[in-house]
Amino acid sequence: MTALIALFWRDLRRAWGSGALWLPVLFFLLVATAFPFAVGPDAPLLRRAGGGMVWVAALLAALLPIDRLVKPDKDGGVLDQLAVRGFADEVIAAVKIGAHAIGFGLPLLIALLPASALLAQDGARVELLATGLAIAIPALASLAVLSAALTANHKGGSAIGGLLVLPLAVPMLIFGAGMLDPSGRGAVKLLAAASLLLTVIGPFAAGAALRGLRE
Amino acid sequence: MSAPPRAGGVSALLRLNEVACIRGDRLLFEELSLALGRGDALWLRGPNGAGKSSLIRLAAGLLRPAAGTVERRERVALIDEAAALDAELPLRRALDFWARVDTVDGHTVDRAMAEMALAPLAEVPVAMLSTGQRKRAAMVRVIASGAPIWLLDEPANGMDDAAQARLVAAIAKHRANGGAVLLASHFALGVPELAELDMGALA
Repeated sequence: MTALIALFWRDLRRAWGSGALWLPVLFFLLVATAFPFAVGPDAPLLRRAGGGMVWVAALLAALLPIDRLVKPDKDGGVLDQLAVRGFADEVIAAVKIGAHAIGFGLPLLIALLPASALLAQDGARVELLATGLAIAIPALASLAVLSAALTANHKGGSAIGGLLVLPLAVPMLIFGAGMLDPSGRGAVKLLAAASLLLTVIGPFAAGAALRGLRE
Repeated sequence: MSAPPRAGGVSALLRLNEVACIRGDRLLFEELSLALGRGDALWLRGPNGAGKSSLIRLAAGLLRPAAGTVERRERVALIDEAAALDAELPLRRALDFWARVDTVDGHTVDRAMAEMALAPLAEVPVAMLSTGQRKRAAMVRVIASGAPIWLLDEPANGMDDAAQARLVAAIAKHRANGGAVLLASHFALGVPELAELDMGALA
């Protein structure tokens, strides 16, 4: 257990060290800033479209760091050292998913406030966005670690990783953005179901991918 | 120099039975058996590509043998080409991470660092270390882990004579304490009472 906590803190330190904490946040805010310039300052339109934009930006922000989630550990021999010590690949994947969920999820929820202001979201919609993102963050982290593990052997892994993850993330985009629609009553339950499914599958799929890296 | 210990006692820490290894389409070796008991050491020698590293990875459980079985009775410590130390951290903190993973205390790390003469470099970032210093740091990780089975793949690469002597002394101490060492190296390190297995002769 001590070992897993050490592993978790190491991943978190590497996520937040040397200013990397602000990278997904900055990206998230960049999208929120650029969007009003692109569609114009029409507040009702921004309010309607902005919520969906927040979801797209959150998905891309989760994928932004996949280059450094698995590949440095594989190249540095850390994954081999952990395997030699008898840690199951699924457990390592689960720890990495947890660390990534906290590492990018917390800053993202904080950045949601200024982003919502830029996109003319009112209080009720910010609440819905925060709830939805909080539900989706473990699943987004699962997908990011999975694609990082699958592409750790490839050059330009993040580009392929994005392609891999996008189809799996589409249900969360639909239900997450659907929560903002007044008629979308059941969306939050469907979002929770989609997130739960991906969060449960994530460690096993990513663990299998980590095992594949050694062959 | 003696022949490789083949059968070993029932108390063998590490035992490979009739293993075969295929990398890509190439059969590196087959029907290879060896056993290491307490205090045993075996030098895997041979030219590049003979399968020394693959045999080490088989023994570590990182590769599955194409045939045969690998048994490990005890914990394993491994050195391979990657040091597995975070480059951005000071050496001591990078080693402390593995100490926490191996649940050993700071004194154990202190002693291991002294053994490899790395104590003066404790605050130097791993990225600034030379190849030989990094190998010594990896050796500290192995010593501090307290694992009875050492799998050392080219541990002396980049080491100067003084560091090599420290490595040989560490191996001797480990064997005296009842540990086993599987050592892959393309050159002789001068470890006394060392069995050898010429991987070049197997192909």
